Amino acid sequence: MALLTVSGLGVTIGTLSPLDDVSFEAHKGEILGLVGESGSGKSLTAMAVMGLLGRIGGRVSSGSILFDGQELVGLRDSSYRRLRGKRIALISQNPMTSLDPIVRIGAQIDQVSLLHLRLSKPAAKARSIDLMQQLRIPDAETLHRAYPHQLSGGMKQRIVIAMALAADPDLIIADEPTTALDVTIQAQIIQIMVDLVRARDLALILITHDMGVVAQACNRVVVLYAGRVAETNTTQAIFASPCHPYTASLIGCIPSRDQAEGTLLGIPGTVPGVLNYPKGCRFHPRCGDAMQVCARTVPPTTAQPTGSVACHLHEVVT
Amino acid sequence: MLLFTVKRLLMLIPVFLAISVVIFMLVHLVPGDPIDNIIRVGATPAEKAALVARYGLDQPIWAQYVNWFSKMVQGDLGDAIILRRPVADLIAQNLPHSLALGSLALVFSTVVGITAGAIAAIYRDTWFDRGVMTVILLGSTVPSFWLALLMILLFAVTLGWFPVSGARTASALVLPVLTIGLGGVALVARVTRVAMMDIARRDFVMMLHAKGVSRWRIELGSVLRHAMMPVVTILSLRIGWILGGAVAVEFVFARPGLGSLLITSLNQRDYPVVQGCLLMLAIAVMLGTLLGDIVQAIMDPRIREGMK
Amino acid sequence: MALRFLWGVVHTPRGGASAFVLMLVIACALFAPLIAPYGYALQNLPGSNTSPNALHWLGTDEFGRDLLSRIIHGARTSLTVAVTAISISVVVGMTFGAIAGYFGGMFDRVVTAVVDLTWSFPEILIALILIAIIGTGTESIIIAISIAYLAQFTRLTRAQVMALRQETYIEATVNLGAGHFHVIFRHLLPNAITPVIVAGMLAIGDAIILEATLGFFGLGAQPPIPSWGAMMSSGTAQIFIAPWIILFPGAAIALTVISINLFGDALIDALNIRSRLRDV
Repeated sequence: MALLTVSGLGVTIGTLSPLDDVSFEAHKGEILGLVGESGSGKSLTAMAVMGLLGRIGGRVSSGSILFDGQELVGLRDSSYRRLRGKRIALISQNPMTSLDPIVRIGAQIDQVSLLHLRLSKPAAKARSIDLMQQLRIPDAETLHRAYPHQLSGGMKQRIVIAMALAADPDLIIADEPTTALDVTIQAQIIQIMVDLVRARDLALILITHDMGVVAQACNRVVVLYAGRVAETNTTQAIFASPCHPYTASLIGCIPSRDQAEGTLLGIPGTVPGVLNYPKGCRFHPRCGDAMQVCARTVPPTTAQPTGSVACHLHEVVT
Repeated sequence: MLLFTVKRLLMLIPVFLAISVVIFMLVHLVPGDPIDNIIRVGATPAEKAALVARYGLDQPIWAQYVNWFSKMVQGDLGDAIILRRPVADLIAQNLPHSLALGSLALVFSTVVGITAGAIAAIYRDTWFDRGVMTVILLGSTVPSFWLALLMILLFAVTLGWFPVSGARTASALVLPVLTIGLGGVALVARVTRVAMMDIARRDFVMMLHAKGVSRWRIELGSVLRHAMMPVVTILSLRIGWILGGAVAVEFVFARPGLGSLLITSLNQRDYPVVQGCLLMLAIAVMLGTLLGDIVQAIMDPRIREGMK
Repeated sequence: MALRFLWGVVHTPRGGASAFVLMLVIACALFAPLIAPYGYALQNLPGSNTSPNALHWLGTDEFGRDLLSRIIHGARTSLTVAVTAISISVVVGMTFGAIAGYFGGMFDRVVTAVVDLTWSFPEILIALILIAIIGTGTESIIIAISIAYLAQFTRLTRAQVMALRQETYIEATVNLGAGHFHVIFRHLLPNAITPVIVAGMLAIGDAIILEATLGFFGLGAQPPIPSWGAMMSSGTAQIFIAPWIILFPGAAIALTVISINLFGDALIDALNIRSRLRDV
C-alpha cells in the first residue's frame, strides 16, 4: 500500500494550467525520483502535495492526492497545517535562502518540535542537537546558537534536513536539495538522505534534473515533461531500456567516461513555457523520432512490465 | 554592541565637522559685509571697527571658525542680533516644544503607520488595502500647511474641540501632531506594506509555511519583523523630513519651537540664531541616523558583525 | 511607437484621469488670461469675502478679487516655478551624476559626500537656507528649489551610470578606444535617462508643494501676482469668515500633485522601471 498516491493531478495558476494529469505513488523506505528539466512542473507538484499552491496563486484543478488514506485535495488549511512539518516535510532547493537570516539556527529547528510534538523548550533543544549530531554536524551545541550566515552551504542544507526531520515525518519532499551546493558536498548530502530513508523507513520524493543523482539514489523514477508524466519505471529499467525518447536523451546527458572530451550532449531546444505548450505530444518538436500522429493527439499512457510510458512509439495497436 | 555604538559615534565626527563648516560659512556667503546686518544706520567708522573687532571679523577666516567652533562645543552659540539674547537661551526655550511635537509625531507615525501598512499587506487587494493606499497617496501629496489649515478649520473653528493655536495646553498638541503625523503615517505605511509583500515572497517564509507554522504567526512574527528593517532605515533617514514638516506646522499653529524660531530669524536675517537652529536640526538628523543603525544592529546579527 | 506607448498609459483609468487633470492645469497655465473670467488683480472692495455664487464660482478674497481667476493665474506661477526649477535640477544633476559615476575618483568622492550630507536634510530646509542667502522673489525660489533637488538627481544618475558601467557592452566600447565623451553621451546617458526623467516628473509635484510652502511663508512671488501658497497665506486672516480662500487653492495644489503622482506611477509601471527607482 502506497503512502502517497497522486492521481490525475492538474494545477492551474490563473488561466494557465502548467500541470495536468500527473500520477505517481511514493512508498515507505523508497526514494522516488521526480525528474525533468526546469519548467517541467516538478516543483509545482511538490507545492501541490505540500498544500502550498495558494501561496503562489495556484490551485489544484483536478485529480486527487491521497496521503496515508486521507484525501489532501480540498483539505482545510488548519488541518493541512497539522500535516505540514509533522507528517510531510520539505527540504528546499536553496539552503542559502531557506533559513531565516535573523533567527538562531537552533531556534529554527526547535520550532518544529515545539509546534508539532509539543515538547518543552529544553527537550526541543536536546532533540535538535541530537538530530544535528546524527547528521554529522560538528560541534552541534555551539552551532545551535549560531546564525545562518556563519555556516557553509553544505552545513546549512544539513540544518534544513534536521528541520525536516524534527517532527519525525513519514514523507519528505526534497526539491533539488543539492543544486545550490558544490559537487563534493552534493554527494555527501545525497548519501545522508539515502541513509535516512533506510534507517527511518521514510518515503522520500527526490526532485532533481540530474540523472546522475537519480542513478545514485532512487528506487523508482517519474519523468516529467512540460507538465505531464512522460514515463515512470524502476531506476534499473529506466537506465537499462528507456522507453520514452525524452528519457533516453536525458540519460544521454550524463557525461560518461568513454565519451570524447568536449562532446557534452544536450537536448536541442528548450522546454516550452506554459503559454505555448504544443498540441499533441508536448515533446514532439524536440523529438528525433516524432511521427505525424505526435503533433495531433496526446499519447495515451501504456503499461510496461514494471512501469508505464506515454509515447506513440509504444502505443499498443488494437 | 557597545563597540558597534562607539564605532558609529566616531564615524559621525567628520560628518559633524563638515556640517559645522557649512553652517559657519553661511554668514560669509551672504552678499555684503556681515557687519552691515548688525550695525545701526549712521554709525561712525570707529564704531564699525569696534564691532568688527568684537565679532572677531578682522581675523583670518579659519581662526574665526576655530574660535566659533570651540565656543559652540562649550554651548556658546553667540548672541542674537535682533533679539539681543544668547542664542543658546533662545534654543533652550524653544527646543522642548519642538522635541515634544517631534517625538509625539514620530511615535504616532510609527505606531499607526506600521499597523495600517501591516494590515494592508496581510489583506492585500481588499477594501482596507485600497483605503490605506488612498490615505498614503493623500498624505504624501497634500501640503502640510494646508492640512494644518484644514485641521484648524474642522476641529478648532467648526467643532471647537481643540485650540486654534499656541502651546499653553496639552490639547494644543493634538492637531499639530496629527498634521505632521499624517505625512509620517503615509511614509511608514507605504514602506511597511511594500516590505512585507516583498518579504512574504522569500524562500524562508515559504519554508515556515512548509513547517506548518500558522499564517498569523508567520506574518506578524517573521514577515513584520523583517519588514521593520527598511522601516527603521527610512524613519532614521527621514527624521529630518519630520522636523522639516514641523517647521511649516509650527508656523501655521503659531507654536513656539525651532521651526518658528528659524523662519522668524530667517526673515529678520538674524544669522547667529539661524546658525544655532540649523546646528540643532543637524544634530537631530545625525542622532536619528545613529539610533536607526543601533536598532538595526539589535535586530540583525549580520549588521552587528559588519557583514552587511 | 511613442504615441502608441502614451496611448497605453492614458488608456488605464488612473493614467487617463490624471492625464486629463494635468492637461487642464497646463491649459490654465498657458492660456490663463483667456480662460480666467476676471483679471487676477481686479479689486472690488464692496464685494470682498463673498462666498461662492453664480458670478464668482469660487467666491472672492479680502480685496474682492475673483478666486477662480486667481487660481487659474496661480497655476501659471506654480507650474513655471516648479517646471523651470526641476528642469535645471535634472540637467545639472545628470551632469554631476554622470561624471561622478563614470570617472569615479576624487570628484566622485566629493560629490557623494556632498550629496549624502544634503540627503538627510529636507528640501524645505535647504531651500530656506538658500533663500536666506540669495533673497526672496520668483527667481530666488527657482534657484533655491533647483538646488534643493540637485542631490536627488545626482544620486539617481550616478547609480544608473555606475550600474551601466559594469555592463559588458560599455566595457567593450571603452576597450575599443571610444572617447569618454562618446561613451557618456551616446551610451550611458541615453540608457540612464528614463528613470531620471520619470523621477523628475514626480519631483515636479513635490516642487509645486515646496513652491506653495515658500509662497505661504511670504518668500515667493510678490503680490499682486497670484501664487497658490501666497493666496492661502493671506487667507489665514479670514479663516473664520471666508474659509474658501484657503480651501480652493489648497484643493488645486492637491489635485495637481495627486494627478502628477498617479500619472508618474502609471508611467513607471508602463516603462517597468520601478526597481531602478527603488533603492535611491
